[in-house]
Amino acid sequence: MKNEMKLEFSAVSENESFARVSVGAFVAQLDPNMDELTELKTVVSEAVTNSIIHGYHENPAGTITIMLKIDVDMVELTIKDDGAGIENIDQAKEPLFTTKPELERSGMGFTIMENFMDEVEINSEPGAGTTVYLKKRLAKSRSLCN
Amino acid sequence: MSLAVNLEQMGDVLCIRLQGELDHHASQKLRSQVDDVLAEGNVKHILLNLEELAFMDSSGIGVILGRYQQISKKGGEMVVCSISSPVKRIFELSGLFKILRLENRETDALRKLGVA
Repeated sequence: MKNEMKLEFSAVSENESFARVSVGAFVAQLDPNMDELTELKTVVSEAVTNSIIHGYHENPAGTITIMLKIDVDMVELTIKDDGAGIENIDQAKEPLFTTKPELERSGMGFTIMENFMDEVEINSEPGAGTTVYLKKRLAKSRSLCN
Repeated sequence: MSLAVNLEQMGDVLCIRLQGELDHHASQKLRSQVDDVLAEGNVKHILLNLEELAFMDSSGIGVILGRYQQISKKGGEMVVCSISSPVKRIFELSGLFKILRLENRETDALRKLGVA
């Protein structure tokens, strides 16, 4: 079964839970297990929080877009902002690296995304926003197909 | 689901019981509530009871580490109990168990901290 959705919302912290719950509800069609659902909700939370804090510096005028495609056992997530962009992507991906230690950011966002997903791709340029592409194959559906 | 924060001080131990979801939005409220109590100066150790915490992302790591740094400066200890498996994975990934002690139940943790 192929299905897709697009979600656009203001870059405010109240929408972090809205984003992960919405993605979880849509992916539920594929009958993921609890671990997979938690992993997907966590990576959405990480990417959306990054956009709010680093992309838009908590300016509520910013907009975040989530595109979600599901196909049999595959989940493809694209989370996009038009914010500040990332100066150095390799550095941003390092565990514990953060540009905002004063806000008690842990610097674990991209590490968690890479651990919980099969594929993580970050496209970003200073001043041109950030797009995070995340892909995961669900185990339960795969076993049903075999 | 939002975050409910229950704070109870027992001797020099602050017991923080969390219920719901701990993300960036909720971490701001948690930080200010805990820091208000820590500012009074009577807390040495922190016990985090995460039995009812259904979700946590890396924002939770940041707020926990920040409170750990405050109490460890004063020679205190941070103990975590009743952690669920999804939250435990986030703790493991970030290496939090290298600095925090894990106990199964709140009563065990409180007894070892000398207040139960």
